[in-house]
Amino acid sequence: MIEFTIWDILRNLLLATRWTILLSLVSFVGGGLVGLVLLFLRISKRKWLRALAKYYIELFQGTPLLMQLFIAFFGLGLFGIDVPAWLAAGLALILWSAAFLGEIWRGCVEAIAKGQWEASASLAMGRLQQMRYVILPQAMRIAVPPTVGFSVQVIKGTALTSIIGFVELSKAGTVVTNATFQPFTVYGLVALIYFALCWPLSKSSQILERKLNVAHRNH
Amino acid sequence: MSLIAITEVRKSFGPNEVLKGINLDVEPGEVIAIIGKSGSGKSTLLRCINGLETISDGSISVAGAQLLDDEAHLKALRLKVGMIFQQFNLFPHLTVGGNVMLSQMVVKKTAKPEAEDMARKMLERVGLSQKFDAYPDQLSGGQQQRVAIARALAMQPIALLCDEITSALDPELVAEVLAVVRELAAEGMTLLMVTHEMKFARDVCSRVVFMHQGRVHEMGRPEEVFATPQTPELKQFLGVH
Repeated sequence: MIEFTIWDILRNLLLATRWTILLSLVSFVGGGLVGLVLLFLRISKRKWLRALAKYYIELFQGTPLLMQLFIAFFGLGLFGIDVPAWLAAGLALILWSAAFLGEIWRGCVEAIAKGQWEASASLAMGRLQQMRYVILPQAMRIAVPPTVGFSVQVIKGTALTSIIGFVELSKAGTVVTNATFQPFTVYGLVALIYFALCWPLSKSSQILERKLNVAHRNH
Repeated sequence: MSLIAITEVRKSFGPNEVLKGINLDVEPGEVIAIIGKSGSGKSTLLRCINGLETISDGSISVAGAQLLDDEAHLKALRLKVGMIFQQFNLFPHLTVGGNVMLSQMVVKKTAKPEAEDMARKMLERVGLSQKFDAYPDQLSGGQQQRVAIARALAMQPIALLCDEITSALDPELVAEVLAVVRELAAEGMTLLMVTHEMKFARDVCSRVVFMHQGRVHEMGRPEEVFATPQTPELKQFLGVH
């Protein structure tokens, strides 16, 4: 029987971590872009656009991410579209992140005093100009801590994609366990790697929150 | 033709009708004080004039620009009337100069150097030229309100709407804001102000409008309105018996 050293295990896990990081980045950036669209729909003046965004968000927040992954992976297959695991994983995570980010940001936009809308409107600014120059610069400040905080959820969310066969950190853990028969060591290392990715983000979210609150002074 | 024409304007919030057919014509250069109890509809009327509230019925026009509920018409109208608020509503993320320059550059597409010249000129006019680089939260309430006036003036409106602009100020800061308004009136700016400053209304305004339960209840020159109020409601409001 072949003997595996800790280094052998760790090296394989770290190689797979690249995919966890890449998938997290793609989900977060893609989710952010779609989330921005959702934000604009959600605060639109047209009722049906607002309703559309609301139902989208309720659907994606109200079902488990795992089901969304299954549907993206197997569901599209029913229509004869062959979906590789990485595509299904990326797509599901982008749509899922977008629902949460859109809603987080809507809260931040709505936290800006109504007077800011009224003052910019009476200066003859159009709605997009109001958003671009008056509302978003202020909303972004309060949005940073919860957005960074949510990125931790995205990283942990990527672990679920192991179930549809995408080889990221968790899936690699299973594969390595099957080869080494050392589940405790392997999953312990997996957990440590996740922690090393997530903890700095959580911490920076807390620090940002404190810092931005100070900058917020009396507004 | 009058500068601001308000004809049979009605406004309801749900089943609650707050404006019940308002007619008011404002001539260029007039300074009009709108007085009345809270809930009489005076702030709502002011907010209808520049489309912050949509009217339920009637019509409003400012120097030929009709109030219609689409972005192009609203923009044309809002370029003619500026508005100043009780809570100042300065943009906290911009400097004083940035506040005064923003809409010139964004809406009128004025180049930055010209916008800055205009901003400095307007801040000079309200006595705050030295505060160009300060942030709003570094200013007193009175100074913030004067910046708000400069910001509105920089768009070169032909009329200004003032919605209780001294009500959020400490008593000792009211005078500095009113002094600026008095100067504007003297320069011939058309002003419509909702105010609780009766002395100011008496001294500066050319006409006083008393609103009661969503209607213009009494209207006239300040010396008449204040000295010989006709209706019991106005007598009660002014505290004369």
